[in-house]
Amino acid sequence: MSRYLIKRIAMMIVTLFMIALLTFILMHVVPGGPFTQEKQVPQAVLDALNEKYHLNDPLWKQFLDYMKGLLKFELGPSFKYQGKTVNDFIGNGLPYSATLGGITLVFVLLTSIPMGIVAALKNGKWQDMLLMALATIGVTIPSFVIGTGLMYIFSYQLGWTPTYGVDKWQGYILPCIALGGYSVSFLARLMRSSLLEVMGQDYIRTARAKGISESRVIVKHALRNALIPVITVLGPTVANLLTGSFVIEKIYAIPGMGSYFVNSVTQRDYTTIMGMTIFYAAFLIAMIFIVDIFYCLIDPRIKYD
Amino acid sequence: MEPILDVRDLHTSFLTSNGEVKAVRGVSFQVGKGETIGIVGESGSGKSVTSLSILKLLGSTGCIKSGSICLNGEELTKKSSREMQKIRGEKVSMIFQDPMTSLNPLLTVGDQVGEMLWAHNKKLSKKERDEKVLELFRMVRIPEPEKRLKSFPHEFSGGMRQRVMIAMALACRPELLIADEPTTALDVSIQDQILKLMRQLQQEIGMSIMFITHDLGVVAELCSRVLVMYGGLIMEEASIFDIFENPKHPYTMGLIASIPDLNQDKNTLLKPIPGSPPDMIHPPKGCPFAPRCPYACRICQEEIPPYVQLDEGHRSMCWLLAPDAPAQDNPFKQGKEDA
Repeated sequence: MSRYLIKRIAMMIVTLFMIALLTFILMHVVPGGPFTQEKQVPQAVLDALNEKYHLNDPLWKQFLDYMKGLLKFELGPSFKYQGKTVNDFIGNGLPYSATLGGITLVFVLLTSIPMGIVAALKNGKWQDMLLMALATIGVTIPSFVIGTGLMYIFSYQLGWTPTYGVDKWQGYILPCIALGGYSVSFLARLMRSSLLEVMGQDYIRTARAKGISESRVIVKHALRNALIPVITVLGPTVANLLTGSFVIEKIYAIPGMGSYFVNSVTQRDYTTIMGMTIFYAAFLIAMIFIVDIFYCLIDPRIKYD
Repeated sequence: MEPILDVRDLHTSFLTSNGEVKAVRGVSFQVGKGETIGIVGESGSGKSVTSLSILKLLGSTGCIKSGSICLNGEELTKKSSREMQKIRGEKVSMIFQDPMTSLNPLLTVGDQVGEMLWAHNKKLSKKERDEKVLELFRMVRIPEPEKRLKSFPHEFSGGMRQRVMIAMALACRPELLIADEPTTALDVSIQDQILKLMRQLQQEIGMSIMFITHDLGVVAELCSRVLVMYGGLIMEEASIFDIFENPKHPYTMGLIASIPDLNQDKNTLLKPIPGSPPDMIHPPKGCPFAPRCPYACRICQEEIPPYVQLDEGHRSMCWLLAPDAPAQDNPFKQGKEDA
């Protein structure tokens, strides 16, 4: 197991390096730079700026310098916001994004899994039809439509929740639903089909033939097996909740990381693009790693060595 | 022999989107104490459904339409699912066809066998259960049982898994063991070991066995009496001797003729029964075997034949056996064409 862990961590570092390299190349392939503006800036000023931010150095040297900083967890200064570093952006935005993502994740898990279980156990009955109709709506309608729709009904018409900001806890309700809607629907459908498949397995019949109660058959024998595919998609789902939050953060004016990321791309704020991408990538890789470890705990057939 | 299981006129159906599948259409038989009976038939003949009906493990789509199943005088068809839980495992237990898929992959074999004990005796401590599981593993001759207790099913071979299934089935010393093709998924040498084990265990424990199979060789080795099923009906019931030496139903004759003979010339072709089993959503009005039967007459298509009692314990359902039917030779007999 420890050998596997070392191998995995080495692979994670290589992956991150490749992501950094690719992002760096793609970023520089795009014409223009952080100081390209509609208003003509005197050449002397541009030269001075390029000099200050080492943009005149050969690209490989810029990349090397950046990687050196990365080793010290320094993501560099923002090219666009004077006196701010990318670390500041993450430091400021992450608590909001993480809170929103975390609450949404709990909301998603607490709703989707029971929904899927009920739908599977009531297979073909009205409960199943209703839940799966809801789930289809959730999968097909984009989050920004749900977000604005919810805002119109609950904030504007009924006035129950604030339209923007998360100063009060009520502010999290609508963003969570809008952000988690897709994942709830997707996971509920997955849970349902997975449980239905497991319930038809031979070992479920064996369990029933033992003379144990149906609830024990479901809880002890079916659910654990049915959760395996759900856990598989949990890693990407967590990443989805965080990256998907760009739009939701915008709609509900939540000062998370999303807006920094989106702005950095349009403004060609090189360091911010790099920093945010690497941060998200590291997060996603870590999530997938955690899922793989979870697998090992739940399924004895999986052995890493 | 005093019967422990008495099934009378059992009808079991499955409701599917295509219509009602009448899998079992009036089956009656008895199983004596300590007796081993074989139920033979091809896929779809209703043999597995008959056995699943006894435990009421028919799933959400299957139901017993009519008939009675008496276990030691207790009517099972009227029992609630809670009452059935007491029967399953304790009075009647079951071994299934595919040991590779019949065990839960996420639980240790020790826990899975132990759960059977727990289900019928909640007072046992974990330690006592483990002790009993070890004893059962020794009984089914699993080598190094102490080490195997905490193993998972995927660490076992097919034969070993079937031993675990047998240990589980026998954990509560049931009165009736239903073995639904327990050796079909195993290779031949392992098959033989499992059959020997079952025979030994039956002598030790003294339970009755209902052995469901499509392999007549297995039946010959283990059973004293055989039911031949086709199209949801019992075509013929006879002692093991009569089935092989004196079959009366054309279907039984065909089954026996299709067993390859090791002594025959290797160029001799196998003798299959032509045709395929009937569609059980619209079962034929008459004898289900009539479309494939070389003797079929008009009455065979129109009406299900009555049982004819031939000898002690030998009955058959065929119009040929009616008192006014013309005498016939066995059309499947070896070398008939050459003669």
